[in-house]
Amino acid sequence: MAYSDKLLDHFNNPRNVGTLDKDKKNVGTGLVGAPECGDVMRLQIEVDEQGLITDAKFKTFGCGSAIASSSLATEWLKGKTLNEASGIDNMDIVEELELPPVKIHCSVLAEDAIKAAIKDYQEKNGFAE
Amino acid sequence: MSANKRLIYLDNNATAPMDPRVLEAMLPYFTDKFGNAASRNHPFGWVAEEAVDYAREQVAKLIGADEREIIFTSGSTEAINLAIKGVADMYQSKGNHIITVTTEHKAVLDTCHALEKKGIEVSYLNVDEKGNIDLNELEATIRPTTILVAVMYANNEIGNIHPMKEIGEICNRKGVLLFSDATQVAGKIPINVKESGIHLLCFSGHKMYGPKGVGVLYVSRKNPRVKVTAQMDGGGHERGMRSGTLNVPGIVGIGKAAEIALKEMEEEAKRLSKLRDKVENAFLALEEVVVNGDIEHRMPHVTNISFKHVEGEGLMMTFNQEIALSSGSACTSASLEPSYVLKALGLGDDLAHSSLRLSLGRFTTEDDVDFAIEKISKGVEHMRSISPIWEMYKEGIDLKSVKWTEH
Repeated sequence: MAYSDKLLDHFNNPRNVGTLDKDKKNVGTGLVGAPECGDVMRLQIEVDEQGLITDAKFKTFGCGSAIASSSLATEWLKGKTLNEASGIDNMDIVEELELPPVKIHCSVLAEDAIKAAIKDYQEKNGFAE
Repeated sequence: MSANKRLIYLDNNATAPMDPRVLEAMLPYFTDKFGNAASRNHPFGWVAEEAVDYAREQVAKLIGADEREIIFTSGSTEAINLAIKGVADMYQSKGNHIITVTTEHKAVLDTCHALEKKGIEVSYLNVDEKGNIDLNELEATIRPTTILVAVMYANNEIGNIHPMKEIGEICNRKGVLLFSDATQVAGKIPINVKESGIHLLCFSGHKMYGPKGVGVLYVSRKNPRVKVTAQMDGGGHERGMRSGTLNVPGIVGIGKAAEIALKEMEEEAKRLSKLRDKVENAFLALEEVVVNGDIEHRMPHVTNISFKHVEGEGLMMTFNQEIALSSGSACTSASLEPSYVLKALGLGDDLAHSSLRLSLGRFTTEDDVDFAIEKISKGVEHMRSISPIWEMYKEGIDLKSVKWTEH
């Protein structure tokens, strides 16, 4: 499959690989996907008192598109408010990485991971649904 | 990119490069010796016919057949269609039941599916965790209306070799025909259709260092005399079973390829199994690696191996500028389904997603293998360093106990 240069760059030089302490109150963790389906993404955000995302990390088991999508997501999340972050749409990722149609589900998974991380943070910190 | 960047081919089960000796034998038949083998009344035709007859002998010798039992086709897919559909048509007064195996190549499975739509009944035998069928189950599945058993000689993904002699014994005792797809086997290990009791067998040129676009169907002529109904109408070539002007250069090529393979097979199988074992042992020395299939009864040049907690397509992307091979991962298939062969072994889908198939060949060197070991091991290490499930495994979390969000 021919991938875009941007995708290959994220795959070859993944940004923000790593692990934040999931037990910290200001860290939200989203774990989505399943090994049987061939992709699992874990996306974590660290949020300051103003509700600004100060750090984001990921680890992904998956194909090149899944890894690039999560790498891009962490890059986009840093510096955004929770509100702005929840507005990230999977189609933005598709466009940026020029994902082929069969790989669109990777971007959906990345959006799910962002939403799951935000939800985890909000639940920990007593935000209403 | 440096000019002398290496590019190593370890996907010989997909196709193999042509041996230069084969090309040399073929060349005159594109130009000077261009005749139609069916032109009976002039020297151009005679020269072509003589070349085809010689190739027929070369090919027959490779599988222990008589040259009059060789039908040339465009490749294995056509030969498979001709064998299965041709038997179903020819023997419809005897019965309408075919037995095959779930791990056959799509050319066999889809041919059977097409026949099912026309009222043929097909039984699909399951395999065990090594990829082998249960011979008692095979025998019990044969009915009075069974006309054909189709079992591949060796599997293309995992390389396990089916016990053709035992299968042949059952089929001959029960009076049903046996067809075997030997595409991955011909020219690699000895085949003797007579000793194994095989009535129909096919293979193609390009998997044994011959040209693409040419294949063979062996059809037994004696004990029993088998006939297949032609699937294309035309000039009645190949004893009426396969019409179409003969692909003389291709046929000369597959003949030469068969001759070389027969001569070099024994040495080559030893060399390749040594290299294959070297690769396999190097990977097994890493953590959490399993070999898929039957390591006791296996083709000498293939290994199918799963690197747990790493996804195959992603892994391949770490080295696919330099090394070419295949994966059972869904992301490498058009269907987005992981390998149905690995699934049939009862491996979890997660292991199928994590698999690589390395198939070595005549032009694979020990240097190539060493390079591949280094690159692939590095890729596995990198992919695990960014894999959340590897991290969880390392923390001692039982991945089976995690509630995943299936999607």
